[in-house]
Amino acid sequence: MSAKPILEKLAILADAAKYDASCASSGTVKRDSTGTRGIGSTEGMGICHSYAPDGRCISLLKILLTNFCVYDCRFCINRASSNVERARFSPAEVVRLTLDFYKRNYIEGLFLSSGIIRSEDYTMEQLVEVARLLREEHRFQGYIHLKTIAGADPGLVALAGIYADRLSTNVELPTEAGLTSFAPEKRPETIRKTMASVRVGESGAIEAAKGRLIGKARPPRFAPAGQSTQMIVGADAARDDDILKTATNLYSAYQLRRVYYSAYSPIPDASSDLPPLRPPLMREHRLYQADWLLRFYGFERTEILEGAKDGMLDLAIDPKLAWALQRREIFPVDINRAPRELLLRVPGLGTRAVDRIVAARRLGRLRLGDLARFTASVKKLLPFIVTPDWRPGSLTDSAELRARFAPPAEQLALAL
Amino acid sequence: MKDVQLEKPGDFDAWRSAARRLLAGGVAPEEVGWRVGSAGASLFGEGSLPRSGAPVNLPRELIEVAERVICHRDADVPARLYRIIWRAAHDKQLLARGADPDIDWLRKADKAIRRDVHKMHAFVRFRRLGEEAGRECFVAWFEPSHRIIPLAAPFFQRRFFGMDWAIVTPDARAIWRNETLTYGPGGSRDEVPDTDVVEEQWRTYYGAIFNPARVKINAMRAEMPKKYWRNLPEAEDIAALVAGAEARAERMREAAVSLANPLTEKWRKPVPEDDAPDDVTTLEALARAVDRCKRCPLHCSATQGVAGEGPKRARIMLVGEQPGDQEDLQGRPFVGPAGQLLDGALAEAGLDRRQLYLTNAVKHFKFTPRGKRRLHENPSAGEIDACRWWLDKERALVKPDLIITLGASALRGVTGKSLSIKSMRGTVHPLESGGQLIATIHPSFLLRMPDKLRAASEREAFVADLACARDLAA
Repeated sequence: MSAKPILEKLAILADAAKYDASCASSGTVKRDSTGTRGIGSTEGMGICHSYAPDGRCISLLKILLTNFCVYDCRFCINRASSNVERARFSPAEVVRLTLDFYKRNYIEGLFLSSGIIRSEDYTMEQLVEVARLLREEHRFQGYIHLKTIAGADPGLVALAGIYADRLSTNVELPTEAGLTSFAPEKRPETIRKTMASVRVGESGAIEAAKGRLIGKARPPRFAPAGQSTQMIVGADAARDDDILKTATNLYSAYQLRRVYYSAYSPIPDASSDLPPLRPPLMREHRLYQADWLLRFYGFERTEILEGAKDGMLDLAIDPKLAWALQRREIFPVDINRAPRELLLRVPGLGTRAVDRIVAARRLGRLRLGDLARFTASVKKLLPFIVTPDWRPGSLTDSAELRARFAPPAEQLALAL
Repeated sequence: MKDVQLEKPGDFDAWRSAARRLLAGGVAPEEVGWRVGSAGASLFGEGSLPRSGAPVNLPRELIEVAERVICHRDADVPARLYRIIWRAAHDKQLLARGADPDIDWLRKADKAIRRDVHKMHAFVRFRRLGEEAGRECFVAWFEPSHRIIPLAAPFFQRRFFGMDWAIVTPDARAIWRNETLTYGPGGSRDEVPDTDVVEEQWRTYYGAIFNPARVKINAMRAEMPKKYWRNLPEAEDIAALVAGAEARAERMREAAVSLANPLTEKWRKPVPEDDAPDDVTTLEALARAVDRCKRCPLHCSATQGVAGEGPKRARIMLVGEQPGDQEDLQGRPFVGPAGQLLDGALAEAGLDRRQLYLTNAVKHFKFTPRGKRRLHENPSAGEIDACRWWLDKERALVKPDLIITLGASALRGVTGKSLSIKSMRGTVHPLESGGQLIATIHPSFLLRMPDKLRAASEREAFVADLACARDLAA
């Protein structure tokens, strides 16, 4: 095993890591290498150093420490019963790769995960050791995202939080039923407990920071980029409603920065009880849009699913538009007078456009022609807004409104 | 007409000093002709201007934007910027006028520059030259769309302090050496080595992290436009990866499902037995069993079942409603804000928390998610009744002489009846199962009271109830 050349291990262990959607390197504190005279910096906003042909950003070196695993999760390429080729990095090899890539400006840092070997605690210790080596031996100031192993000792999670910018524990499947049938070794309550220990660590660090005014020592910052999680979409029978319900619970309980939705993608050597389908990319996209509505647009989950059939989001049109078509009595809204919260509900207006409209309209009434400066989709706004020179008249209530936005049927078939 | 000659393109200081003097001299934008190049020696051509004038105050944001936008390659940038600051000097609100064509142009130009800088931060690829005096040396060739080296270089200084590096572009270069950042003239691609030993690993990584089942070339090209590809080593592999993607994905879908790995049984972790009967013979075992409880749906959203805590032979048992946010996270009763209030009240009443058994009528947290917070929700009678099974077991194990119920849910949990606290409070009630009961309010009731005076008197009554319990148990 140790005889495998590094290139071969890298190919295996990066391939094994690619089903984790997250590659974010943002949301952490600002720091740089001026003080340490080493290398590494984080600027708050992450950087995508490359893009793969799947459209996903490559910001971090995203690898597994090993793809050996004692768990047998059906949806996972690394499950115990899979015949995939196995490899294992030593912590020193991961450190070397990270630094080599970082110095050439290929990456923002490391996202390290692992199959479960021996025990949850042992695996977590190995991950923490890599982060410790980077931070303490190499004064590395770049971004580190560590996977927290559900069920690992809270003490190890706390240690991980001291070295890492972000921690994540994947809930994998949105419902307990799904998890029980597809990931028999995993328990939703174990996953939630691990997330809780991250949040407890976080609030402990905040308390310590408050106490700094009288204390002398600088409190250790704890995972400043917070925690995130991922749910696989389309592997089990969970509906969008279930998925969003789980997401809202997780956001509220553990103050997650992000929930990632990952369309189940067929894996080589798949388990026989899973759909060998194309990944439901459009469904994934709609879930992200719904997630944004929940977090930045003041929507409640129940509102988003108001017109949904069988708890599923409309694939043909985006969820905000779907909501607006259900609630036409609210529209049209006056661009020059509607409160911010209402402007946020107008299909085609994003948070930034709304902020700029609110700032600009203080200095003079906005006309239809002005709106093109704030949004690329004035046509989309038309049925829903009023300006001094535009009234949609019967357009808002027209029966054909949905057809105006929905793509023609053959494209829909392609999305499915 | 005034002619202004700027020696170098993208030189903010020269533009600013010229603009300042024009502004102080009251020269309208239509009367200025801006030229770039080292044709003339003097800054101003024909008409002379005051060397300096009264300073004109401009919004700080505008100066910052101008410093970026001056790096834009369009030839009319100095003139457009001057027109904007001229207008801004007469219109304090100018920047907020998002619908104004000049401001619209400024925002777009600024966005283009910031994007260009961001892409430079992302797409510079260093190649290793060697090592000198213990410091590694790297160099990169890059072709930004605009003249952004001075805007982009400080990032590399912050990031790569501990190594020496140079970034060469057609217009200028930035050099970090001996812990000093300097700028020099533009150069050519030939100054940079053709490859780097680590590039093979990087390209291997790039190929392996790509998922052939979800090709989205347009999404990639939107963020990594083709103009950058020629300086990205990994971009050489894009064509082959895309060409092979469909076949690879198809193979994955069609590959017959193979038999389970023969080593599986050796590796696999045994699945924990879920249907083992609950062991409730000790408080420790009971706590583990509570955590696994699925008697009602509340376990679906809560983190954990929170059992009681305290000595096995406690004389007094305190029963609250249900774990709150903090209790749910930490797995212990009464550690949140209500718990802190309770601690204070207990101390005042002369009760030692460590001598009491503290528990709740309902063991899982019931809440409504609201953004990043969980709003407490009252447990239903059904949930309290489902959870009484656990409370009864705790009572049977601890056998307290006295139970204090905090709030209505606790009262129902202990008595099985919906009784009002008002009617029960102030008297000691015998319990059928033995022992006595004192009913009082839940401390969170005090937390929710907006009227400070009333809250203080209610708190006094609460402490009095606890003191009464202390006397009874003494």
